Amino acid sequence: MSSTSHDQLIHGLAADLKPVNRLRRPVLRALTWLAVVGAIALALAAFANDNAMWERITAAPDLWLAVVGSTGTAIFAAIAAFELSLPDAPRAWALLPLPVAIVWIAASGLGCLRTWIAPQTHVATLGEARDCLIFIVALSVPLSALLFMMLRRAYPLNLGLTAAMGGLAVAAAAATLLNFFHPYDAAATDLAVHAVAVAIVIAANSALASRIFRTALPPADVTAGGVGTN
Amino acid sequence: MTPWVQSNVMALSRRGWLLPPQFPSMATGYGRVGKLRMVKADPQNRSADDLRRSAQMAAAQAGDRAAYEALLRDCVPLIKVIAARQGIPPDHIDDVVQDVLLTIHRARQTYDPARSFTGWLRIIAERRAIDLLRRLGRQRAREIHSPLAFESYADEGSDPTRSGRAAAAANRVHTVLAQLPERQREAVELLVLQEQSLAEAAIATRRSKGALKVNLHRALKGLRGMFAEKD
Repeated sequence: MSSTSHDQLIHGLAADLKPVNRLRRPVLRALTWLAVVGAIALALAAFANDNAMWERITAAPDLWLAVVGSTGTAIFAAIAAFELSLPDAPRAWALLPLPVAIVWIAASGLGCLRTWIAPQTHVATLGEARDCLIFIVALSVPLSALLFMMLRRAYPLNLGLTAAMGGLAVAAAAATLLNFFHPYDAAATDLAVHAVAVAIVIAANSALASRIFRTALPPADVTAGGVGTN
Repeated sequence: MTPWVQSNVMALSRRGWLLPPQFPSMATGYGRVGKLRMVKADPQNRSADDLRRSAQMAAAQAGDRAAYEALLRDCVPLIKVIAARQGIPPDHIDDVVQDVLLTIHRARQTYDPARSFTGWLRIIAERRAIDLLRRLGRQRAREIHSPLAFESYADEGSDPTRSGRAAAAANRVHTVLAQLPERQREAVELLVLQEQSLAEAAIATRRSKGALKVNLHRALKGLRGMFAEKD
């Protein structure tokens, strides 16, 4: 390879140049995705028994802490995913959702002791827990599709890390929305199923990272009027 | 320069403390400002070269091909320096240059002109260089570089008895083929020996593709039997 081949490549790239929309700030793009999640939450709230959900969540501190943890994880993991999707982003963004994720895991983990602390509570059966798994995985598919469609507009160089953060955001959002249809007290089996569901979503997103991000997608062209914001 | 001084100079250079005098603007930007925050570069602290590159990239985002071409040409020596500093072998530096140029092209919509272009380029070039080092490492783990073994490997085509053996095998095949019914022999000759497609063979023989497939299947079955008898 020589300077001639560089010249040829540069000439080819310049010939291929089209105006592009400059991407908005990652936080704003993350908020757009979170707004869609919020809209889904409002739609689900219309069908759910909100009073029963509120009573259940406020009954024990670990339950509302788990909801706060999963919501925070969804928000911070989404911001981290959009930041990491930039080619020059520091990898340290992956640490952003870590504190709230620890709160989520720790508060959920307390549920393992529930049957020992309060034996009279209604614990989800294996069949009911399976419904939770289906709900989380099924809701994760459209949320992942939207998130990765947005992430692809940038050009991440950390494919695995970006996809894993995206997967964490999606799984945490789905786990948060599950609370609308979750009339059980968290127990060991239920939590194990939740953990499996979250792991499936993160693993699937990570495994598909290179296919999702490296399928040819030209930068967004501008129809007219030069560079705007996207 | 003693080895001790040389190793320390290289270590400082790797940390970005010793930068080539021709690229003073590489010290600016946001890359080393914080681990988590990408701080916007203050135009007061940015070099004239960096501001010019930022302006060229902004023009490229708007579709200015001349500015884009000039910017990419300007980037090549910078990328080479960064790649060398990352420990890329000299014969692979051009690979990093091409990777980085393609990355700039595909990621150009992510660049914010309020930030240092040189800092943005440096991080991309460093990451592409690390990617290449990993690829080379994997390649070395799987493959062996042994030019002497390649040179001393016997060429099968140089065997003087090979042509004689090939001719004997061809005669044997023709003898056995002659014993096949005409339609089956024709199917073998066209589809196997002449490597024609079924469509071409069907036109040549005025037979259907299905009939040709049946002829070929029966011919191969017959040939297997004949060769088994001879062996």
